[in-house]
Amino acid sequence: MKPIWLSLSAVALVSTLVFTGCNQGGGDAIKVGEFASLTGKEATFGQMSHHGTELAINELNAKGGVLGKKFELITEDNQSKPGESKTIAIKLISRDKVICVLGEVASGRSLEAAPICQANKVPQISPSSTNPKVTEIGDYIFRVCFIDPFQGTVMAKFAKDTLKAKNVAVLTDVASAYSVGLATYFKETFVKNGGMIVMEQKYSGGDKDFKAQLTALKGVTPDAIFIPGYYTDVGLIARQARDLGLTVPLFGGDGWESAKLVEIGGPAIDGAYFSTHFSPEEQSPVIADFVAKFKKAYGESPDAMAALGYDSAMLLADAIKRCGTTDEPKLRDALAATKEFPGISGSITIDKDRNATKPAVILQVKDGKFKFLETINP
Amino acid sequence: MSEFLQQIINGLSLGAIYALIALGYTMVYGILRFINFAHSDVFMVGAYMGYYAGNYAGKHFQHESVLVGVGVLLFAMIICAVLGILIERFAYRPLRDRSKLTVLITAIGVSLLLESGGQYLFGADPQSFPTVFPVTQLHLGGVTLSSNQILVFVVTALLLIALQFVVLKTKIGTAMRAVSFNPQAASLVGINNDVVISFTFGIGSALAAVGGVLYSTNYPSIDPYMGVLPGLKAFVAAVLGGIGNIPGAAIGGIMLGVIEIFLNGSRYSTYTDAIAFAVLILILLFKPAGILGKLQVEKV
Repeated sequence: MKPIWLSLSAVALVSTLVFTGCNQGGGDAIKVGEFASLTGKEATFGQMSHHGTELAINELNAKGGVLGKKFELITEDNQSKPGESKTIAIKLISRDKVICVLGEVASGRSLEAAPICQANKVPQISPSSTNPKVTEIGDYIFRVCFIDPFQGTVMAKFAKDTLKAKNVAVLTDVASAYSVGLATYFKETFVKNGGMIVMEQKYSGGDKDFKAQLTALKGVTPDAIFIPGYYTDVGLIARQARDLGLTVPLFGGDGWESAKLVEIGGPAIDGAYFSTHFSPEEQSPVIADFVAKFKKAYGESPDAMAALGYDSAMLLADAIKRCGTTDEPKLRDALAATKEFPGISGSITIDKDRNATKPAVILQVKDGKFKFLETINP
Repeated sequence: MSEFLQQIINGLSLGAIYALIALGYTMVYGILRFINFAHSDVFMVGAYMGYYAGNYAGKHFQHESVLVGVGVLLFAMIICAVLGILIERFAYRPLRDRSKLTVLITAIGVSLLLESGGQYLFGADPQSFPTVFPVTQLHLGGVTLSSNQILVFVVTALLLIALQFVVLKTKIGTAMRAVSFNPQAASLVGINNDVVISFTFGIGSALAAVGGVLYSTNYPSIDPYMGVLPGLKAFVAAVLGGIGNIPGAAIGGIMLGVIEIFLNGSRYSTYTDAIAFAVLILILLFKPAGILGKLQVEKV
């Protein structure tokens, strides 16, 4: 008896696993999963991105949803910790049966969830992970932002043309895939354009003392320092750099964009530059409308993470509308075929590597605010 | 040359903070022969108390002055001393007669409780620590020194002397040493062991609070898990100097800080922790009781 029971239950188990995959979207709501760093070290990223996504979903639902169904957004917090995102992706796909996973900002954490989404053939749209490896995981992984090779090129050009820097030092967070990648692309382009990388120093995200690295950097008298890290660390780095008497310009990437940068960095971060995806100060009726809606809902001005979170949900809705189903393989094809979708953060065309080709903006920290400086096209 | 001097100063100021936290570890170990793993989280609570007191003072009184700084320090010390005594009373005292391992695991439990409780009460976002002491930068030749770094150094030195005085010259200190030597004999000669142990935990936790506030004035971004890494380093420093030995903790802390800074400033910065801990293992191979510790032979 026993072996038969065992094999029967095994068959039952396997068929449940296989068939549940096909039952998705059959309910009265279209379930969309989202994972974000709502708390922890990169909390403002997750919260801004989540608010953007939530605003888009609420707007879509207010207009009656798509295909006659409303969206249901299921959001999970990974506390900015490594290891959580994979578990969350498994939970969203196998228990909640979502048709698509939205997330995350940090490349390292998007990379944790991506293999799960790919293996289950559920599309994942990252709003703002810029490391190229994220979408290289497979053909179900998309993003609505530009990638680090482009961001690195932009900052290398900026360092040469605007900062007039010849000798640049780099301070990299070796514990972050984003930081290591961005540093590499920056160095490549900067050296190719005739610049010199005088020194590269390393730290691990979450460190508090950077004086040793900064003292070493001070010894080689760079014209500017490129810091492709996240805002919590960058705030402390800026303070300690100024304390040590390093007064050269500091510049970095989209990992800087958070009100906490100014809160932690204080006057030390004033005058620093960074590249990002969007500025609420850009002159366009679409952006003005989005900024007004966001301010009304959350009482603060949106940043690039919010705009990209909004775009990721809108892009999904657009793809569902175009293919007329929430069947994952068809949805994937529709996402891949996206052309000139009018996003808040610019027009989005998904290329053959499932990345978005878009312009970057450069902002400067001035009196605790982020001032729009220039737009750089690809 | 000035770069070398600057790195020495960076190392000394980081080491002084490790030393300050290590004093608390060593103090409790010296009396009870057990590692209080919750110490690093009392350190975190101290930082948050400083954060709230500093912000309160900034709003209602004045932003930064020596008076505000001392007030903030005292407030954090009192709250943490009470917290330390409560932890001992409710978590460790009921287990005092059990094996050391049971108490050690309880200490890890208390540590996790404080971390998760901190996340619940204070929020998981990093907060920016207010400026409580007036700050100036001193430039001596090519070397830059912040008044906060000097402050850490002076406070650590003062506390070290004060602790040595309390343990060696006062009545309660004699009682502490007696309890450490033989608890049963101590109670036979009329020492109230509970009072002595509570006192030890109070002092140890107040030291953690000083460490938390001074750490945060130097690195003004605080979160509920901020104690984990400095706590671990300080523990290592205490072992390095000879655990249970008060001057040893200070020496261990300073050594660890200087080693770390020199590695961080070199091209081996990725391996800082690995190399620092390898040094520790080497020292312990040749001096198993730590730099200043005395090896005690168990008589059977």
